[in-house]
Amino acid sequence: MHPKDPLPNVLYIDLTRKTYWVENRKELFEEYLGGAGVAINLLKEECPKGADPLGPENPIIFAVGPFTGLYPIASKTVAMFKSPLTGNLGESHAGGRSAIAIRMAGYGAIVIKGASDRPVYVAVHGDKVFFRDASALWGIKSSLTVGRIIREREPGAGMRTIMRIGRAGERLVRYACVVTETYRHFGRLGLGAVFGSKKLKALVISGRKSIPVADRKSYREIYKELYDTMVKSPAMRKYHDLGTAANVIPLNKLGALPVKNLQASKFEKADGISGENLAENYLGRRIACAHCPVACIHLAALREPYVDEPYFYKTTFISYDYELIYSLGSMLGVGDAEELLKMLDEVEVLGLDGISSGVVLAWATEAYEKGLISDKETLGLKFKWGDAETYIKALRYIVSQPNDFYKALARGVDYASKVYGGEEFALAFGGNEMPGYHTGPTGYFGFLVGSRHSHLDMGGYSIDQKVLGKEYTLEELVEKALREEEWRQILSSLVVCFFARGIYKPEVVAKAFKPIGWDLSVDELEAKGRAIHRLKYEFKIREGFSLNKLRIPKRILETPTPHGRLSEETFKEMLEIFKAKIGLSF
Amino acid sequence: MASKIKRLDIIDVDRCVGCLSCMFACARRFGEGGYDRSAIAVRSTAGVERGFVVVVCRACTDPPCARVCPVGALTLRKGGGVYLNPSKCIGCGFCKEACPIGAVMWDDEMNKPIICTHCGYCVNFCPHGVIGLVEVA
Repeated sequence: MHPKDPLPNVLYIDLTRKTYWVENRKELFEEYLGGAGVAINLLKEECPKGADPLGPENPIIFAVGPFTGLYPIASKTVAMFKSPLTGNLGESHAGGRSAIAIRMAGYGAIVIKGASDRPVYVAVHGDKVFFRDASALWGIKSSLTVGRIIREREPGAGMRTIMRIGRAGERLVRYACVVTETYRHFGRLGLGAVFGSKKLKALVISGRKSIPVADRKSYREIYKELYDTMVKSPAMRKYHDLGTAANVIPLNKLGALPVKNLQASKFEKADGISGENLAENYLGRRIACAHCPVACIHLAALREPYVDEPYFYKTTFISYDYELIYSLGSMLGVGDAEELLKMLDEVEVLGLDGISSGVVLAWATEAYEKGLISDKETLGLKFKWGDAETYIKALRYIVSQPNDFYKALARGVDYASKVYGGEEFALAFGGNEMPGYHTGPTGYFGFLVGSRHSHLDMGGYSIDQKVLGKEYTLEELVEKALREEEWRQILSSLVVCFFARGIYKPEVVAKAFKPIGWDLSVDELEAKGRAIHRLKYEFKIREGFSLNKLRIPKRILETPTPHGRLSEETFKEMLEIFKAKIGLSF
Repeated sequence: MASKIKRLDIIDVDRCVGCLSCMFACARRFGEGGYDRSAIAVRSTAGVERGFVVVVCRACTDPPCARVCPVGALTLRKGGGVYLNPSKCIGCGFCKEACPIGAVMWDDEMNKPIICTHCGYCVNFCPHGVIGLVEVA
């Protein structure tokens, strides 16, 4: 590391005492790079065993890495905390301007401790931290409005991040998200509820530090090589053209698109919510995270007439991605693009994780159909596949929680199904609602054992598709998945967006480290990836996670995947192989 | 034929995706990361959904920044715009105030203006054709 790189500065903010301080953690960054590697260490230091995820003892860690601000597509921030949804490791990544802002403010990580007694928002401007009263922002209807207000009050336009929660976070919905730059999210595992429990409405960060490099000439050369590869790469092109929504049609053709709570894996209305249809008829603007030339963020322009006055319209910009098209579209039988967009807008306004929200509503619809719940529980809402209007009302009830049923829904599908039944079709893994990939054994294996129960841990959905039609052993699948998760610890410590994983190969990463003053071999990097993965697992075990008590919802075994019907034995076998490989006791 | 004098210009601001790659490129001219010393600025137009503002020096032929400099640190560039002589500059900030489009950026560390030299390095890193070098003479 360059001796003058501000990366090792960790900013500690204590919300209880309204104080802050900075510690230099050079050794920690040298050993664990940044991002996920540093964050898991800080989480272990700060989060006591058995901490209440919604108590003041649960810390929030944000971390960026050595590539942030120096190389393109190093655009993500890692957040770690104890998840109020799963009661275990919480890790969520977001882009926007968050990563660059933290780095330019002069920090490698930010630790938020304690809880405020009244609503506040915190503004970090370089070396200074301001605690601002947020009583008047608490309860504001839309998370977008909160962003607008803070945007006008705080300096740093163009180079700041404004992370904020909506009412879902205030009301402690266990899968509330943190919105940043209006359209990006720390979506999964309930960071929004942790913000809410601390009465922290928003976090603004800006700064103007520069980052010195060791070898200017070769830094410029390697940067150019990386940049040129990125803008010319077909994989990156795909993210720019249709965005992640490009996956709808191929996954549907494959029979891997979860439909109506995974009662089917092909959707007859897929064309309506496809990336092609959205781009051709609704796409209004594409934008990028700071320092990413790809610009995968797709904003639909939805023009709606007001019913009370002729020729009076409003146009709303709504970001769409594959995951939400699945969860709030196909999973709920919603095949109309405009209906879908209205739902996406609602989760944005409320500040909910769209994936969990959709899966919870899908369970509720099936439970309602099967008579496990009635109009009494739903307060008269008649859940029906494809009925977006009812679903939007339900989303509002999940946030306002007028009765025990909606209180249960606000705790996630695992909890709700324990109370009302229907666990066999409650689609959560490790307590986290499933993402949109019914691709085969490796995808689900990743949801089960991935350290944050996300499709992005192991990328199993991609392995499933690659081995389709080929011969493979379960041993090979587990090996590929585990090595992938280990390597992704390095990417999420740099912190590089996973979309650029095809470009940031181990040799490329080692090479890019040199001019910025680090000397790391491919072997050393891989060993660090393994070590970070094990640290995360140790935290999980400490907090009660066990490979011996995983819940596999029966539904995933009933609906055929592209690899045919899956069996419980397959997973048992994969778990045994995994246990032997990972070398930790459970 | 001698090569024509060029200046940096906005080709189509509506193509901007806000990636800030141009700003990072400008800072790399000095061999550093980040965008602190960038002579080009990109920010959203009241929220990213409304698009972006890209501020570049317009290369005025009678530049107000040079007119208000009390020490003659800014000299006219052939084809428009100015050059900065940092050893003359006293950091008064008049130039920054005088530029009506805010294209004179400020280096807080050195307490001197950051002046676009119209070198066009940033153009190589704009993935969507927002900025370009155009001939002025």
